[in-house]
Amino acid sequence: MKMNRREFIKANAVAAAATVAGVAVPAAASNLITSSELTKLKWDKAPCRFCGTGCSVNVGTMDGKVVATHGDINSPVNKGLNCIKGYFLSKIMYGKDRLTTPLLRMTDGKFDKNGDFTPISWEQAFDIMEEKAKATLKDKGPTGVGMFGSGQWTVQEGYAAVKLMKAGFRSNNIDPNARHCMASAVGGFMRTFGIDEPMGCYDDLEAADAFVLWGSNMAEMHPILWTRLTDRRLSAPHVKVAVLSTFEHRSFDLADNGMIFTPQTDLAILNFIAHYIIKTDRVNKDFVNKHTNFRLGETDIGYGLRPEHPLEKKAKNNGKTAGDSTPIDFEEYAKFVSTYTAEYVSELSSVPVDKLNALAELYADPKIKVTSFWTMGFNQHTRGVWANNLVYNIHLLTGKISTPGNSPFSLTGQPSACGTAREVGTFSHRLPADMVVTNPKHRALAEKTWKLPEGTIPAKPGYHAALQNRKLKDGELNFYWVQCNNNMQAAANMNEEGLPGYRNPKNFIVVSDPYPTVTAQAADLILPTAMWVEKEGVYGNAERRTQSWYQQVNAPEGAMSDLWQLVEFSKRFNMEDVWTEELLAKKPEYRGKTMFNVLYENGNVNEFPLSEIPDDRLNQESRDFGFYIQKGLFEEYASFGRGHAHDLAPYDRYHQERGLRWPVVNGKETLWRFKEGSDPYVKPGSGWDFYGKPDGRAVIFALPYEPAAEFPDAEYDLWLSTGRVLEHWHSGSMTQRVPELYKAMPDAVVYMNPDDARKRNLRRGDLVKLISRRGEVQTRVETRGRNKPPRGLVFMPWFDASRLVNKVTLDATDPLSKQTDFKKCAIKIEKV
Amino acid sequence: MTKSLSTRTAAKKSLSMKSVFALFSAGILMSTLAMFTNAEEIATLRDNTPLEEQKAPKVMPTVANDDIKKKRNYPMQPPVIPHKVRNYQVDLKVNKCMSCHSRNRTDESQAPMVSVTHYMNRDGNFLAEISPRRYFCNQCHVPQLETKELVENTFQDMDSIMKEKQKAQKAQAEH
Repeated sequence: MKMNRREFIKANAVAAAATVAGVAVPAAASNLITSSELTKLKWDKAPCRFCGTGCSVNVGTMDGKVVATHGDINSPVNKGLNCIKGYFLSKIMYGKDRLTTPLLRMTDGKFDKNGDFTPISWEQAFDIMEEKAKATLKDKGPTGVGMFGSGQWTVQEGYAAVKLMKAGFRSNNIDPNARHCMASAVGGFMRTFGIDEPMGCYDDLEAADAFVLWGSNMAEMHPILWTRLTDRRLSAPHVKVAVLSTFEHRSFDLADNGMIFTPQTDLAILNFIAHYIIKTDRVNKDFVNKHTNFRLGETDIGYGLRPEHPLEKKAKNNGKTAGDSTPIDFEEYAKFVSTYTAEYVSELSSVPVDKLNALAELYADPKIKVTSFWTMGFNQHTRGVWANNLVYNIHLLTGKISTPGNSPFSLTGQPSACGTAREVGTFSHRLPADMVVTNPKHRALAEKTWKLPEGTIPAKPGYHAALQNRKLKDGELNFYWVQCNNNMQAAANMNEEGLPGYRNPKNFIVVSDPYPTVTAQAADLILPTAMWVEKEGVYGNAERRTQSWYQQVNAPEGAMSDLWQLVEFSKRFNMEDVWTEELLAKKPEYRGKTMFNVLYENGNVNEFPLSEIPDDRLNQESRDFGFYIQKGLFEEYASFGRGHAHDLAPYDRYHQERGLRWPVVNGKETLWRFKEGSDPYVKPGSGWDFYGKPDGRAVIFALPYEPAAEFPDAEYDLWLSTGRVLEHWHSGSMTQRVPELYKAMPDAVVYMNPDDARKRNLRRGDLVKLISRRGEVQTRVETRGRNKPPRGLVFMPWFDASRLVNKVTLDATDPLSKQTDFKKCAIKIEKV
Repeated sequence: MTKSLSTRTAAKKSLSMKSVFALFSAGILMSTLAMFTNAEEIATLRDNTPLEEQKAPKVMPTVANDDIKKKRNYPMQPPVIPHKVRNYQVDLKVNKCMSCHSRNRTDESQAPMVSVTHYMNRDGNFLAEISPRRYFCNQCHVPQLETKELVENTFQDMDSIMKEKQKAQKAQAEH
């Protein structure tokens, strides 16, 4: 409305007078509606759909539509705040291109890999999926079938998928996109502590005297935790913030000590800090003697590339021994880190000596309570597990762990990376509650809980994320179902692996998504999917907080939840279709039964009747299957962790709470694990007890700096780092459809140092090509944006479906965690 | 159909899958049949470009700078910023935004004062100055670039739903 204030008031005065006189006026000028019947909103809680922070959101609905969302004042996580993405949750479900019918590539009414997307019914969709899956099972056996899921699946969806794949199809080829996100963090936890997930919690934010950000731009990627950190830093002036990154970003706005380091040299900086602590005699000897062991890790472990890659041929220990280690003592460890002097590390990392010393002092000074945060800088790293091990080293050497404010804290990217990917165990090697498929006892326990014959779950880990794309390309993985993620856009080296894999004529690719994503575009069959509050679910956030929500609106006609799709599809297979005769002979009563009967009508999952769902609640899936499926799945899953330090509360309680941090023992949540007094699992009298390890001791690892897989040379003369932005959630499939978010950050530009631009005769806004050995992408140059890279490095986000930076990136992974390093490859930039 | 499914079945217990399929295949298909004709037409965020290709990126849009306030989608939505914020310093030393939007500067600036919620700490108590948890304005407030959205959003705000309902009530009363 282009009126000034006075004109506007005048127009309204006319309208008011007209109303009194009974004259009809345009609707735009009519009076306020005050009738409570009309203005009433229905409010309910839900965790935010986006990051791993796990804010609680109040969702306002009217007439079956979400009309408002705001931060939940009752949530301890966000206390009434949301970030810009969270505030626009109301609009993510209403992009005009929501999918409402299955679409199959067809020519002349028949499936054709090169055909056009044609609407079909759900029945037809399941028909073709059944046909393709059965053909694959016949041809290749279980290993020909695979699934790629998500840390954005609900706990129940992930759990139903694990059962379908590992127990039903007997394939361990299921992995979540969380593999790209925090597999290295998992590896670090398991290696150092023998049990997954952070010991601390967000309450550390109000207790710490110093914060160190290692490869984490919290200001953009965990905005609400950043508000808590900012609150602490600004309201308690003694607090110090150190920020380390390979380029300057928004988190530097709050930094007392900002440090830009050369990519990969974080490993050396971490060892320098350990050396500094030892050299200045500030090791907490009592803690170290009682609660730690020292080990020397295997080195030269390769880069997780294909075996024929020259780097893998060169690596000495890239086989099964890559994760091995041998015991050493403190003196040997001290000697190992003594080569990482301030001068040597300063030269390697280009961080000035005084800044390194100031950083190390935050850890060394026994009076300073220090919290370390890290995200993708550590985890998306070809030595990601090492980086995680090394940061634990410095917290363990000083005993600064598991007490308020002393906290090595691995942040997660996705809303249920912890809940669904890690705790449920949707990885190719995992089972619920930290168990693994390679352990016969773990398999036996899962088979018992699931009422399956011994030997059902295969012992060999399946294909992890990067390997799935390689196996698709090689034609070994032929029936592939992608749910709740956009991996064609997200995975590295799209040109050489992802795209040829999906388009390989031997493969049938199913993609479930609310919207037509880049991945959907590469699929053969697209399934329209319900999202967020269109279904009931549970998410688990980065501080072990489990949160549930009810279905609050119906999905658009035709769109069905991932859970419904998985479970409904299971009805298409008799056990004879998926199990061997040998296995069936051990459970003859399962003959003639469907996977649905065996996996979900097993007495556990269907234990709770529909009458337990409040009458005024929607619940499409349960009302369809005839039992309270979300509760049944949750309770069966929770039985794995109860009594095993992963205790969850009864399902119904989560509907009453703004989440609870596990282990929940005797109805009480646990804030700091491994510390006597705050963790009920700690042995009395021990002080600290790292009970994930048989001897209760955490491990301090001697691990060196080793170079990156690829680094700039004369031709490809720039480092490329990729990452996320505040305004978009990951690949932008939801947020790019919210006009306010789109207009705030419409396109992915390449952030570049002005000197690097000048050297190439480039100016801000110029059209350029980023070229690597694998592919190229075009975009525009930004020299004065929010990210300020040093000379020699550029940053380009990956949210933009029209500028696919992963055509350029390298699919090198950490050989231990199998997580891709999206932060380092070599490129050149040319003007178009 | 699905829309009415769960509420209706809540009363009627469960509806068999067969009839769900029948519902799906009957009506919905007709309405969406014409939607896609070629394999790339679903690439709504990619200007219908095949995955092997890329259209030349458009020029960088400018920032909307007309100072015209935009209607909020709902009362709790943080307003978008109707002006440029380039080089606005917000760091440990200074908060440029508050030099116009803080309570004691609005008479000079005639800029809107930040919401009263911004003076509340985590526990909901009012402070004498803006709460440090709200210090970085750009976590919630963003400028808008002069560009057209790629996909229309069909979000309906509460006013338009209320008015529809009011209209329906009136129409009913008249008949």
